[in-house]
Amino acid sequence: MAETPRLWKFHGGLKLDSRTSRATTEPIAVAPVPSRLVLPLSQHIGQPAEPVVAVGDRVLRGQPVARPRGYVGAKVHASSSGQVVEIGLHPVPHPSGLSAPCIVIETDGADQRWDGYEPMPNYASMSAPDLRARVRAAGVVGLGGAAFPTAVKLGAGAGLKLLILNGAECEPYICCDDMLMRQRPEEIIAGAQVLMHTLEIEQCAVAVEADMPEAAAAMEEARKRLGEDRIQVVSVPALYPEGGERQLIKVLTGEEVPAGGVPPDIGYLCHNVGTAAAVGRAVLAGEPLISRVVTVTGAGVASPRNVEVRLGTAVADLIAAAGGYTEQARHLLMGGAMMGFPLPDDSVPVTKAMNCVVVASAEEIRPRKPALPCIRCGECAGACPARLLPQQLYWHARAGELDRLDEYHLFDCIECGCCDVACPSQLPLTQYFRYAKTELWARERDRERSDVARQRFEARNARLEADKAARRKKLDEKTRALKKTEGDREARQQLIDDVLKKARARKSGEDADTGGDSA
Amino acid sequence: MQFQATSPPHVRPRTSVTRVMGEVLLALVPAAAAWVWYFGPGLIFNMAVAVATAVACEAAILALRKRPVGLHLADLSAVVTAVLLAFALPPLTPWWITATGAAFAIIFAKQVYGGLGYNPFNPAMAGYVVLLVSFPEVMTRWLPPQGLDLAPASLGFLDTLRVTLTGGLPAGMEWDAVTGATPLDDVKTQVGLARTVQEATSGPLYGDLGAKGWEWVANWVAAGGLWLLWRRVIRWHIPVAFILGLCVPATLFWLLDSGIHPSPAFHLFSGAAMLGAFFIATDPVSAATSPAGRLVYGAGIGVLVFIIREWGGYPDAVAFAVLLMNMAVPAIDHFTRPRTYGHAG
Repeated sequence: MAETPRLWKFHGGLKLDSRTSRATTEPIAVAPVPSRLVLPLSQHIGQPAEPVVAVGDRVLRGQPVARPRGYVGAKVHASSSGQVVEIGLHPVPHPSGLSAPCIVIETDGADQRWDGYEPMPNYASMSAPDLRARVRAAGVVGLGGAAFPTAVKLGAGAGLKLLILNGAECEPYICCDDMLMRQRPEEIIAGAQVLMHTLEIEQCAVAVEADMPEAAAAMEEARKRLGEDRIQVVSVPALYPEGGERQLIKVLTGEEVPAGGVPPDIGYLCHNVGTAAAVGRAVLAGEPLISRVVTVTGAGVASPRNVEVRLGTAVADLIAAAGGYTEQARHLLMGGAMMGFPLPDDSVPVTKAMNCVVVASAEEIRPRKPALPCIRCGECAGACPARLLPQQLYWHARAGELDRLDEYHLFDCIECGCCDVACPSQLPLTQYFRYAKTELWARERDRERSDVARQRFEARNARLEADKAARRKKLDEKTRALKKTEGDREARQQLIDDVLKKARARKSGEDADTGGDSA
Repeated sequence: MQFQATSPPHVRPRTSVTRVMGEVLLALVPAAAAWVWYFGPGLIFNMAVAVATAVACEAAILALRKRPVGLHLADLSAVVTAVLLAFALPPLTPWWITATGAAFAIIFAKQVYGGLGYNPFNPAMAGYVVLLVSFPEVMTRWLPPQGLDLAPASLGFLDTLRVTLTGGLPAGMEWDAVTGATPLDDVKTQVGLARTVQEATSGPLYGDLGAKGWEWVANWVAAGGLWLLWRRVIRWHIPVAFILGLCVPATLFWLLDSGIHPSPAFHLFSGAAMLGAFFIATDPVSAATSPAGRLVYGAGIGVLVFIIREWGGYPDAVAFAVLLMNMAVPAIDHFTRPRTYGHAG
């Protein structure tokens, strides 16, 4: 069983009904390869990738189809073999509901593998930069939902104390990490070993929530089987939002990641368990990230379960793999019940960031009751894992006092939604804070823009001023020279004579064709 | 397939303002029953008048302000204000005085500031203090607990109703014969007459902790408060700080000279201390909002209650202490902000 070393507490949080029991009764299913794959160029945090294929090209499974544009970026690979039929805008799963550039592949059913990446079973003798390059080439991003390029995180530098594998899946409905740990613990442990070697870390903690005992047991057993003593499976209390990196680090170490900083600042690095498995596959088997496990659940799904699905598969096909819709289907969410956002329809493709699709009934997601004024009860502050004062933030957000929002650390809000659920006045606090953040960003952008304009204007004024001053100075010098000689007729005459002489000399010089100028 | 879009989070609150207020009212039921048992049915009439006035005023002003009347009346906050005011009033208060207090509490202390959530002062206490300074004599006409033969005359249900409606006693009865001072008032007066606290409290009115009847009402108030704590309707910070703020100085002075300073138990169980600690100071709207701020706020009220009781002009002081600390709330909130995660202290 999992060990329980000393643990700390993070502030606030909520005990939520996990709603995962229905989806964990069935093993992970494998969704069939669809006839059409829609691969968004932006499935990660950072610049969208740049296509390296053209319409008409034949591609194989695992072949890169787009390369990263910047350092913070990720490759995209064909999830199956087929032909590129289109590169253009398609609806993507994003809160904005906007379309984004995608590569569309018509699959040929052969699912033929591309062999561009050599397996590296002897990774232990390889250098960290080589391994990072492989992780980058394989397009691995954080699979916990944030989709930050993993290779960038692996460049955190030496001297880290602890690698944390985040298996503290705390949000209602989501259980893809739980099932992955239950069914493929060796893959995760192998990935952890690769990560530890790459990062030169000697210690790793796998955090598993206390309400996932099967996962913890499977991980512990795999760890023992592989004789891995550097890895410790830690059972952490089930409390939302413990899967948040900052909250989990607090629980495991008692330390806090500084505001505006990242975990490596205090010696820790956090990866999702699914990400570790993907790193393991990329290095050990030379397999790029072309599929992931997605939880498909909710009363609107006929047989809720976890499904391993090719990236680019339409959500409709994913739901079909879980038995299709039921009569009760009313809401379609990507993510869990707390932070998941609504999808416009089921035509959007599965992306690297998609950990869960919830098809909820009207009973599961009840409409909000009418909001009453804030009664300052402070329940929100008691629930806030960032230790903010949501009641004060709300007050200032309503009043449009943007400076005060900054002062009350609005940007430390992780939008976990705890304050909403704690609020007896039914206020949509998280929505207020998201809106206030965009307002602050917009103001910051405006300010930057006006700063640039002002700087330009000031620079131009300064330049004109400097020109004017220089001209004036020259003029002054001339007048002064003239004035100096004013009272002295002889000297003045001398000056004129000098100039005349010089001119004459030049003339004669020119006549003599010396081409020189002695003056 | 068409889906309904909702913004996260998709989990709904388990509580509501109506539930919070409803549980506060429920928690006062045993105390109200004890009150009626010891002091007669006056409280029931006070409550009826106060609730009717408060709800009517709330509805009228909401309508004037073009706010949804039903939605806001259903939050029960006006009822809570009225019930707490009724608890503060003597049992034989004439109806127009009760109505004046309730109307002032709702109209001037609450709605004029913007209604629920916007009032800087505790409305019930603001209403009570207006009555205390406007009708000082009526506000001191308390009844001795029944069944102790402490008063030569006692009033039945209909007589009490009559006093409430007319403001006058039945023929042949005198106010002095019917009413008596509160224990706090009595001890204060006696100590002022150079008697010791022990002498003052040796009479038949006084019980184990405070005065008979009063201490049992206070017990039931405390029980209701503990139930609210258990239900998490209120948090421990304000009541605990209030009680400590009152008891620490009370204990110190009592140890110095128990002849002129009543015991801390007497302070807790004789007046409105328990009601104040669990039901009045815990009004979230007018209280400080962070845990540390609430400790300061509660302790401030406790200390002020002690100071006013000992050296002020009024026998009890919960209302004044609460209103004074209400004024300090913005400053307390400013100085007691918790340290945000990842920020240096």
